[in-house]
Amino acid sequence: MEKISFDQLQEELYHEKMSNGLHVYILPKKGFNKTYATFTTKYGSVDNTFVPLGKDEFVKVPDGIAHFLEHKLFEKEDGDVFQQFSKQGASANAFTSFTRTAYLFSSTSDVEKNLETLVDFVQDPYFSDKTVEKEKGIIGQEITMYDDNPDWRLYFGIIENLFQNHPVKIDIAGTIESISEITKEWLYECYNTFYHPSNMLLFIVGAVDPDKIMKQVKDNQAKKDYKEMPEIKRKFEEEPLKAAEKKQVLQMNVQTSKCLVGIKALHVDQQGPEMLKNELTMNVLLDLLFGKSSENYYKLYNDGLVDESFSFDYTQEQGFGFAMIGGDTNNPDQLADRIQKILLDAKGVQTFTEEQLERAKKKKIGAFLRAVNSPEYIANQFTRYAFNDMNLFDVVPTLEKITLTDVQSLASEVIADERISVCQVVPKNKQ
Amino acid sequence: MEAVVEKITQMQGYKLHVVETDKYKTNTLVWRMKAPLSNEDVTKRALLPYVLQSSSAKYPTTTQLRSYLDDLYGATLYVDLGKKGEYHIVSFLIEIANEKFLTDPSPLLKKGFELLAEILTKPNVSGQAFDKETVEKEKRTQKQRIQSVYDDKMRYSNVRLIQEMCKGEQYALEVNGEAEAVDAISPENLFEYFQRAFNEDEMDLYVIGDVKEEEVKTIAEGLLQFENRTPQKASATEVQNRREVNEVKEVQDVKQGKLNMGYRTNIVFGNPDYFALQVFNGIFGGFAHSKLFINVREKASLAYYAASRLESHKGLMMVMSGIDNKNYDQAVKIIREQMEAMQKGDFTDAELVQTKAVIRNQILETIDTSRGLLELLYHNVVANQDIKLESWITDMQKITKEEIIAVANKINLDTIYFLTGTEAGK
Repeated sequence: MEKISFDQLQEELYHEKMSNGLHVYILPKKGFNKTYATFTTKYGSVDNTFVPLGKDEFVKVPDGIAHFLEHKLFEKEDGDVFQQFSKQGASANAFTSFTRTAYLFSSTSDVEKNLETLVDFVQDPYFSDKTVEKEKGIIGQEITMYDDNPDWRLYFGIIENLFQNHPVKIDIAGTIESISEITKEWLYECYNTFYHPSNMLLFIVGAVDPDKIMKQVKDNQAKKDYKEMPEIKRKFEEEPLKAAEKKQVLQMNVQTSKCLVGIKALHVDQQGPEMLKNELTMNVLLDLLFGKSSENYYKLYNDGLVDESFSFDYTQEQGFGFAMIGGDTNNPDQLADRIQKILLDAKGVQTFTEEQLERAKKKKIGAFLRAVNSPEYIANQFTRYAFNDMNLFDVVPTLEKITLTDVQSLASEVIADERISVCQVVPKNKQ
Repeated sequence: MEAVVEKITQMQGYKLHVVETDKYKTNTLVWRMKAPLSNEDVTKRALLPYVLQSSSAKYPTTTQLRSYLDDLYGATLYVDLGKKGEYHIVSFLIEIANEKFLTDPSPLLKKGFELLAEILTKPNVSGQAFDKETVEKEKRTQKQRIQSVYDDKMRYSNVRLIQEMCKGEQYALEVNGEAEAVDAISPENLFEYFQRAFNEDEMDLYVIGDVKEEEVKTIAEGLLQFENRTPQKASATEVQNRREVNEVKEVQDVKQGKLNMGYRTNIVFGNPDYFALQVFNGIFGGFAHSKLFINVREKASLAYYAASRLESHKGLMMVMSGIDNKNYDQAVKIIREQMEAMQKGDFTDAELVQTKAVIRNQILETIDTSRGLLELLYHNVVANQDIKLESWITDMQKITKEEIIAVANKINLDTIYFLTGTEAGK
C-alpha cells in the first residue's frame, strides 16, 4: 500500500492496485462521522458501440442501457440491495454520467459491512426478464420527469446542437422507445464487458483505518475469480470540429425564457496533466469573461438580460468537450448575441490583466478548499480525474502555474464562430 | 459521534452561537433573522437581503463587492429565504477559507466578519433610502424569481398544494413574496423596512469552524451591536381538521402528472411525540426502504419518486410523486392504503429497527456539514426550545411501535393536489 501526503491540505491518501487490476484509494478524514464510498466503472452513456467480451464484432446497444443497468444492479434474486443497506444504517445510491457509472453508500456505523455489501452487489449481477420489464415503467417515469424539466431540455438541446455524431448527444436515460428494446441478455453483455475490476475504481473517504479497510478489500477480491481482461474496444465515429447546428428553439410550457450558448471544445484527445491544465485554463477563462466580478456580468445584469440563474460551466472528457454559458432571461435573442460577442471579442487582443488573473486563481483555490470539505466531492471527482490519468490533488499547483499567455492563447484557439451554438427555451405560442 | 458543543452567548440585540471544530477547511458565518410571516411585509422582506448583498457603502457596485470576495480566496456570500412554521427566515451566509491550508498566511476570518458587518449595517444608501438603481434591478430579479417557480413543475405543484391547503393562513404566503406587490416597493419604504427588521427581528449569528469562541466573541462585539428587543411571536392559526378531503386538479401542458398530498400531523417540534413522528415518516415515506417507495415505485412500477417529508414547525406532512396522468386513482389508493397500514400498526419490528438505524445515520451525516448542523441547531430558535443534539439520536432510538401508531392516528389527510397533463386526468 502506498501513502501519498498532501502537506498543504493536510490530507493523506492511501492507494493499492489489487492483483485483478482494481485500484483502491482510501482517504481518512478526521472528525467526520460519515464514511462515503464509491465503486465506479469507466462506463457511461457514450460507450454505446463496442466489442463485447469474448466476441470479435462491434455491436451498438440501445440508448440508455448503461443507466438501465445501474438501476437493475440493485435488484437481486432475494430482493433489493437498498433494503440491505438501510438495515445496516446506510444510505445507498448510484448515478450514470456520460463516461462513468458509480455505486455508492454513506454510513456512520457498520462501515465494513456496508463496504462488503457495496463491493459484492456490484460484482454479482442478477437480471431476469420479469425485473427488466418492471423497471421500464419506473425509468419511463424518470424520462418523462426530465421531459417536463426545461433546464434539462435546454442542457441536452445545446449538446445536440454541438455534436454531429458523438453519442454524448443522446440523453443518458435514453427514450421510452429505446429502453423498450433492452433485454436481460443485453444487460449481461454490457456488464461482462465493462464491470471487470481492471476497469473500475473503489474510493473510500471518511472515518476509517486505512490498513484495515485495504486488507478487507484485498481479502474480498481474493475470493473472487476474475480472469485477465483484454483491453476494451470502444468505437466512436469521426466528429467534425464545428458545431452541428447553429441554433435550436424549444417551445415549452414555461413563463420565463432560457438561453444557453455553447462552445465545442478542442483538444479532446488530451489526458493527464495536459488535460488538467487545459480544463483549468478554460475554467479561468470563463470566469474572467462571465464571473460575478466581471465587467461583462455587471453589464448583462444591469441591462436586465440575466438574473441570478446565470451560470457557466465547462465539461471535458476523452473524445468530447463543451462549455456552456447562460440562464433565465427576458430576452433570449439579445442575450445570445451579447454572449457570442463577448466570446468573439475575447479572441483578439490582450483582454485581461495580471490582477484579474490572480483574483480568478485565488477564487478557484478557495473554491477547491470548500469543495474538499465534502467527502462526496473528493470521491466522485478523484475518480473522474483518475479515469483521465489526472490527479485531483494537482488542481491547486496547476492553477498556480497558469499564465495570462495560457489563457489568451486558449481563448484565441478555442473560440470560433463555427464552434458556437445557441439553444433557447421559450414559452409556447409566444415565440 | 464526536460531541458537538454549541456555545450560546446573548450579545447586544442578537445571540451568538459558536461551534468549534477542526474538520473543515473553511469557516462558516451565518446571520439569521426571523419574523412572523405577514401579508404586508412578505414581499419587501424577500427583496431586502438581495439588495443588501448586491452592494454596500464601501463597495457601491456588485463588481467591486464580488471582486473583493474573489480576493478573499473566493469567499462565498449568499442569501437565502425560508419559511419555518409561520415565520419568514432570512439568512446571510459567508464561507471563507481557513488560511492554514493556503500558502498565503494572512488571516481571513476577521475579514469575513468585517464584510458581513458591512453588508448588514453599512448599505449603499443616500439619505433615508437605498440606492435607487440597485433596488430597481433587484426588483426586476425578484419578479423573475417569483415567476420561475411556475417553470419547475415539481416545485410549482408543491407550492400550489400549500396554497390550496393553507388558504387563509399566513403559511400560504410564498417565501419570495408576491409579484403584484413588487412594484409598490420604493428605495424609501424598503429602507424603512430594513430599519424596522433590524430593530424587531429575532437575530442569531452562527460561527462554525476552526475558531476560538473568545476571539469570535470579541470580533462580533466590536462589529455587530443592535438594540435589545423582545422578538414577536407568530400568532398561531387555529386549524380544524377537514371532514372531507379537499381535492384539487389543475390541467397544464405537462407530460408527467405531479401528485402532491398534504396531511396535518398536528405535531410540531418540541411536542413530546415529535421524534415518534420522525420515525413514523421514516417508515411511511422518508427513505428508499419506506412503504411509499416500495409500494408505489417498486411494486406497482407507477413512479420514479414517491416520498414524504415533514414541515416540523407547521405540523404538515407532504407526499409527492410523479405519475402518468391516467394512474391518478391507483396511486392515491396505494398511498392511502399505506397510511391506513401505519394507523393499524401494520409494520414490522424489522422496519422499525431499520428506520431508526437510517435516521441515526442521516442525523450524523447532516451534522458533518456546517450547513446541516446549523439547520438542526436552528430548530431550537424557531420553536424556543433547548433540545440537545444528542437527544435527536437517543430519544429517537427509544420510540416504540405503540407511539408510532398513536402518531399515525393523529395525522389527517387535508388536500390532494394533482397537476395533470390531460382532461382525462381530471
